[in-house]
Amino acid sequence: MEWTPEIIQMIWKGIGETLYMTILSTALGYLFGLPMGVLLAVSDKEGLSPNPVLYKILDVVANIVRSIPFLILLILLIPFTRLLIGKSTGSTATIVPLVVAAIPFIARMVESSIKEVDAGVVEAAKSMGAGNFRIIVKVLLVEARTSLITGCTIAIGTILGYSAMAGTVGGGGLGDIAVRYGYYRWQTGIMIVTVILLIVLVQIFQSVGMQVASRLDKRK
Amino acid sequence: MPEIVIDNLSKVFSTKDGTVEALKNVNISIDKSDIYGIIGMSGAGKSTLVRCMNFLEQPTEGKVLIEGKSLGDYSKKELQKQREKIAMIFQHFNLLMQKTVLENVCFPLYIQKMKKKEARKKALELLEIVGLADKKNAYPAQLSGGQKQRVAIARALASDPKILLCDEATSALDPQTTSSILELLKDINGRFGITIVIITHQMSVVREICSHVAIMKEGEVVETGLVSEVFSHPKSKVAKELILKDTDVQSDEKLLVTEDRIKHGERIRITFSENSAFEPVIANLVLTFAEPVNILKASTKNIGGVAKGDMILEFKKDSTKKEEMKAYLKEHGIEIEEVAENGVDT
Repeated sequence: MEWTPEIIQMIWKGIGETLYMTILSTALGYLFGLPMGVLLAVSDKEGLSPNPVLYKILDVVANIVRSIPFLILLILLIPFTRLLIGKSTGSTATIVPLVVAAIPFIARMVESSIKEVDAGVVEAAKSMGAGNFRIIVKVLLVEARTSLITGCTIAIGTILGYSAMAGTVGGGGLGDIAVRYGYYRWQTGIMIVTVILLIVLVQIFQSVGMQVASRLDKRK
Repeated sequence: MPEIVIDNLSKVFSTKDGTVEALKNVNISIDKSDIYGIIGMSGAGKSTLVRCMNFLEQPTEGKVLIEGKSLGDYSKKELQKQREKIAMIFQHFNLLMQKTVLENVCFPLYIQKMKKKEARKKALELLEIVGLADKKNAYPAQLSGGQKQRVAIARALASDPKILLCDEATSALDPQTTSSILELLKDINGRFGITIVIITHQMSVVREICSHVAIMKEGEVVETGLVSEVFSHPKSKVAKELILKDTDVQSDEKLLVTEDRIKHGERIRITFSENSAFEPVIANLVLTFAEPVNILKASTKNIGGVAKGDMILEFKKDSTKKEEMKAYLKEHGIEIEEVAENGVDT
């Protein structure tokens, strides 16, 4: 009945689209979120170079974006997405709101990872005459490595979840299939398969991420 | 010209509950190649003072002169350059946990833009000096506290500093490791002529390696001078207190000295219980048997509100009365243990 080659083909395509959206959004999210997180950590009161104004601005921006539910952000950003991509549906278009939502989320995670770094090590680097840029690159980001990778794993999981949510407004990927076939056409079988596939994908990312993090951790 | 001059230095921290004066008009002058101790109880301002010596803390008032030049006059970049010559080690070592021992020692060299190959060569030589060349590929987490501090010392030496600041560098270490680290610092001082400033709350550290000492209390320097002078004639109350606290360690040392001089006679450790501590038991023992005993060590401890005395006695060589004397002590409610040559329980 429902498992025609076309359907299976479609599910394969869905997996591809989901991976495409997730990976590209995470990468672009880090491109902006990592510097933003570093700036948050560094400009905070106890940071390397406290700057209350900069911190407050980044803090408020991050909070505003983070407090808008993703589904609403998706709709709010439709004009912006059209402007950038030329259309508002499909997996490439979905990357725009995904990245916007991911940046503050990633920034917060990076901020907390960096703040975990022992202040003593930073002090030691300062006492050796290291400048702020070197301390960020060679001390903070290196010492926070494990926590950053763990954070990245969490970010991937969340973005993958968001990408499925984008399915409700024609965003492509596995979420789109689940909504179209499971919700609108009552084809529960297809929906269950897509959900299982989403779970498997999250599991794979999670265990690979954790393994990499623990392999790179030299504290034990 | 002194290597370091602290000129009328004050530091005020503002907190939510008002201001705290961490340093008040501190004046210290440290000569080249000295090992200078700064001692005080916690909260005395010593850590703030040492951080002013490389401007990790900016003083509120006053000057820090290194080789006659005020640190406050430097630009940010020049200050960073200066810091290369003022190395520092810390209580908690502060090593990069994600880097190998060798890379940790290379770190300050990379800051000075040294080539990787050269840096590694130099780092290895330094690890040789601190006796850890075989651990070059280990990570700090695999090392003991003493080994971590040795790595930190090698790292500090990498930039060929003129000054080494030690902030409670031995406080996280056991007494034996402390001694070996102090020995290493002394060796470095002798070998390279580096001026060493040691911040500590342990009088024993000052006694073991410092030539000069400054005693701090509540942000002020209350006494300075040669260690030998301060020890024999402490003027301030804090100095007296610190020296008193140190007596336990000293008596251990005296015990060792006595051991060298008289190497005979059986030794016992006796413990006074509640009542016997009030009686002149030893004096009576000597009077009764008309034979002297040598008191090698004595101390009183307050254990759960009860005064417990603890002594190590040595009988005369070839004493014929020692069994009787032991019996006498037992009769008077004193616990007896045999102890080995070095005063440790057998």
